[in-house]
Amino acid sequence: MRKIKDILFILCMVPLVAFASGPEIKLDQAPIRPTDKLSLQRGAQTFVNYCLTCHSAEYMRYNRLRDLGLSENQISDNLIFTGQKVGELMTTAMKKKEAKQWLGVAPPDLTVIARSRGADWLYTYLRKFYRDESTATGWNNLAFDKVAMPHALYQLQGKQSLAVKTVDDGHGGKHEVKELKLDTPGTLSKTEYDLYVADLVNYLVYLGEPAATKRVQIGIIVMLFLFGMLGLTYALKLEFWKDIH
Amino acid sequence: MSKRLESMLEWVDARFPLTSTWKYHLAEYYAPKNFNFWYYFGSLAMLVLVNQLLTGIFLTMNYKPDASMAFASVEYIMRDVDFGWLIRYMHSTGASMFFVVVYLHMFRGMMYGSYRKPRELLWLIGMGIFFILMMLAFTGYILPWGQMSYWGAQVIVSMVGAIPVIGQTLSNWILGDFMLSDAALNRFFAYHVVTLPVLLVTLVFVHIVALHEVGSNNPDGIEIKKNKDPVTHIPVDGIPFHPYYTVKDIFGVVGFLIVFCGIIFFAPEMGGYFLEYNNFVPANTLQTPDHIAPVWYFTPYYSMLRAVTVNFLWVDAKLWGIVLMGGSVAIFALLPWLDRSPVKSIRYKGPYFKIALTLFVISVFVLGWLGTKSPTPLYTLLAQIFTVIYFAFFVLMPWYSKIDKTKPEPTRVKE
Repeated sequence: MRKIKDILFILCMVPLVAFASGPEIKLDQAPIRPTDKLSLQRGAQTFVNYCLTCHSAEYMRYNRLRDLGLSENQISDNLIFTGQKVGELMTTAMKKKEAKQWLGVAPPDLTVIARSRGADWLYTYLRKFYRDESTATGWNNLAFDKVAMPHALYQLQGKQSLAVKTVDDGHGGKHEVKELKLDTPGTLSKTEYDLYVADLVNYLVYLGEPAATKRVQIGIIVMLFLFGMLGLTYALKLEFWKDIH
Repeated sequence: MSKRLESMLEWVDARFPLTSTWKYHLAEYYAPKNFNFWYYFGSLAMLVLVNQLLTGIFLTMNYKPDASMAFASVEYIMRDVDFGWLIRYMHSTGASMFFVVVYLHMFRGMMYGSYRKPRELLWLIGMGIFFILMMLAFTGYILPWGQMSYWGAQVIVSMVGAIPVIGQTLSNWILGDFMLSDAALNRFFAYHVVTLPVLLVTLVFVHIVALHEVGSNNPDGIEIKKNKDPVTHIPVDGIPFHPYYTVKDIFGVVGFLIVFCGIIFFAPEMGGYFLEYNNFVPANTLQTPDHIAPVWYFTPYYSMLRAVTVNFLWVDAKLWGIVLMGGSVAIFALLPWLDRSPVKSIRYKGPYFKIALTLFVISVFVLGWLGTKSPTPLYTLLAQIFTVIYFAFFVLMPWYSKIDKTKPEPTRVKE
């Protein structure tokens, strides 16, 4: 029996032998604060100013942004530049066909981009653009090699360039480390830019699932109710089963 | 008042077997008194079935089975329909939890020999339910028309195309097109909301009718009907299903709902296992994703499909993979005839069965895990090894169950 247990143990460990290869670069953790309405509002402003020019969020209605503590008037006065009504979907003026001709690929819709890519990826991606003369736009990205999108926020972040260093890994081997260095500073400092992107990613996460905050709130009430019911139904079971031996 | 009710009941009973049905299936259905934790999952499967039917109706009211509108209509449900997100998460979480409870229900049957005589037909009906459930999961997963919906379905559909001679014609006939497209989405929607639910509900009904004919098994695997009270003819180890098991199952329901609602409200994607991240990208017929993985409940079979890498006997490896995958599901149906043990329950079975079952469970988990990964030579080798272990559990059962050193069964059930 002892031997069998050993075999079983080894079999259980087999999956640990093989780890899947991770993503190409280490993702930075996005500082997401879903309840910080000011951050969400700043993110929404960045979103309509920069992203919505080329990308759409065509499953989302402008007036849903009341979730962020804004009134319908505030939304139409400050966040709608397309002449649309507040109840309409956040579409973009750029036609998909034309966009494909200009950029090679139509910019993806961003409504649920945070759900497919994840907040950390977006936070890393938006901060890892660098100049690369070999691409059509002159931009490349560490999180998304040869991305068709140019760096929309470069005036804020400035221009970075790629520096590849060869590092001794201490075990006799060598591997390349890709680093970005800021050549031309933008209008924001590094910390300011990181916070700026954090607000935008915070908003994108909200955009992916506007009901998420409400979902958690309702969930807490539901769980409290269910735990109460668990006690009650167990007492009921015990009461009925008293005479079963 | 009660006289009046009584006379109304008499009126109904003269025209419909109401009181007798109530007695036969609940108040005077005698179930063994020693059901343990594993016996919750039958009633929980029915709870999830009802959940799927009800939430499904509301989703159908707002979903659009049109390749150009399907993805948007799901997001419409998530945003613009009042509590649409809740209904959708109940349905998507319910789909995964259906498999959780059904797998545990089946495992219970395997542990306590619930498939053995006289419950072979009950087990086969259950296998029918399992098959319909897989069809429902497959047709339902296509509906949001995301990348994983599309390419996952593409993998399954290409299996039909791999059938020799008639494959391509059959595939075209099923899809109504030369590729997976709007025509297929429409039909799969029809199967998902009409054909398959009707079949499922019917089979569940038949499953219960068969169960109440032969009576429930129990953790000791002995027949309580063999030991009846000489006067009342009621099994001495049996208790009426109602109220004893109804109140017990209500407690089980609340326990289940805590897990179920915990997922719905706090982790509806379940780390990408219940709702895959890539399915939040609309289907693109021109862009195959780097990595296609089915939802977790199909991953063990998917692993076995990919495990076959060599052509054999003039037959393509892909077709062998399909045969193996189909066989891995269908082989459960043979269990009643593969098990030659003199006892039913794992409590009285010997070490061989216990080891075999443990290895089987490990292989299911490892294959399931491998199915979520991109294949590498090492992973494929592991999948092959564990596929062999998976099938060995069944194929060798007539031998090891017969020579196993069993313990004597008790005459009365134990607490």
